[in-house]
Amino acid sequence: MAWGKRKDLLGIEDLSREEIEAILDTAESFKDVSLRKIKKVPTLRGVTVVNFFLEPSTRTRTSFELAGKRLSADVINISASSSSILKGESLKDTAWNIEAMNADILIVRHRAAGVAHFLSGMLDCSVINAGDGAHEHPTQALLDLFSIRERKQKIDGLTVAIVGDIAHSRVARSNIFALRKLGALVRIAGPGTMIPLGVEAMDVQVCRSLDEAIDGADVIMMLRIQRERQEKSLFPSVREYARFFGLTRQRLQGAKKDLLIMHPGPINRGVEIAPDVADGPYSIILDQVTNGVAVRMATLYLYSGAKR
Amino acid sequence: MDRHSPETRIISAEKMAELIQDLAERIVRENPDLTDVILVGIRSRGAHLAGRIAGKVREMTKVLLPVGILDISLYRDDLRSRIDQPELIRTEIPGPVEDRNIILVDDVLFTGRTIRAALDGIMDLGRARKIQLAVLVDRGHRELPIRANYTGQYVPTSLEQTIRVRFSEDGEEDGVILRELAR
Repeated sequence: MAWGKRKDLLGIEDLSREEIEAILDTAESFKDVSLRKIKKVPTLRGVTVVNFFLEPSTRTRTSFELAGKRLSADVINISASSSSILKGESLKDTAWNIEAMNADILIVRHRAAGVAHFLSGMLDCSVINAGDGAHEHPTQALLDLFSIRERKQKIDGLTVAIVGDIAHSRVARSNIFALRKLGALVRIAGPGTMIPLGVEAMDVQVCRSLDEAIDGADVIMMLRIQRERQEKSLFPSVREYARFFGLTRQRLQGAKKDLLIMHPGPINRGVEIAPDVADGPYSIILDQVTNGVAVRMATLYLYSGAKR
Repeated sequence: MDRHSPETRIISAEKMAELIQDLAERIVRENPDLTDVILVGIRSRGAHLAGRIAGKVREMTKVLLPVGILDISLYRDDLRSRIDQPELIRTEIPGPVEDRNIILVDDVLFTGRTIRAALDGIMDLGRARKIQLAVLVDRGHRELPIRANYTGQYVPTSLEQTIRVRFSEDGEEDGVILRELAR
């Protein structure tokens, strides 16, 4: 196994193909653990894992918490609203205080890109990026790859369409890096205001319409329309967005029989994805959630091994 | 391990086949009802041995015992002191262990720590009716109160020696190799 003892998981960009495959292979063993009656192994007994989430999250935080608990680690959660950040404590001071309590792994989510890098440089404990601004969300990409590989038995040579707000999406960025490293072809589509300038440098094909992007695709990843950013008016209206970039059953009429439809959640039903598509036969949206726990168990297992 | 250290083949391929035959015979004798037995090999050489035993049992009784593979990495007691994390192999046990008669199989019994981990691993999969242990070689130096039900051969060793069982499944000639650790 190509596991090169890394301290931190900051982004997919830094990982080699072999390292990504090592994490996915390890996750298979952990998926088995989650399917057992006793969903717990003693592997990380005595290890302290801190979920440090300064941005809202249900899926990722719960997933990391469950992953840690199924490995018998002690997991604590710190969120912005319940921490002394509200009293004006700086990020640096909060992080130092958490480490002073002998945390072994710090999982961090923050609205600003680069926070995980910043913390990894000042802390001895392992830092795992659970999403930093529009930069990266590595474990989401890993669980997406795991879910694709589970269904298709390979990544190499698949055509994957990523649709939506590419410019603001850390999920898209991490997935583009991961999919390209593992040999998939990546197409992206979205309103012009949501396609980042110079994205061709990431070796992806930019499509002008949803139909062009999904034609003959093996996998379609729909991104969430971040309605909270709507005041920036990146598109005229939610209705118009849904008409041009919403995935509906009609648009899938020529789809491959074994097409996979994915979404990192939370979904806006009827906006980027129609309810009957989200719940339909091609959808593996809930498998992604199940696999997320296994992939995060693998991540905690592998990164807990790297001691200072 | 120093690759120049002297190597002695203490058990030949023929002798090893005899020991495996002997293990299989005793398992058949001690377990009159073979229908609820599952052989569970501890990866990776224990799994080879379990497969061999199953073959012998089949020759004798026509009963094909199910063979599983157990990876104990997640149950090790030295995980935190290791520099790297051991690579995981999927644990694959055919069918539920609930109420079954499990025979754990490993190539060498040494400190007993592997078996302790394996017992925990099996118990997390369900409540077996009975768990037994079969090993090809017992080299002594137990650190836990663990003993095998079926032992191929006792081989007295010192802690300055290593024992390695080789299997043709790994592309090597069958046999048991004793080596002196380089000081």
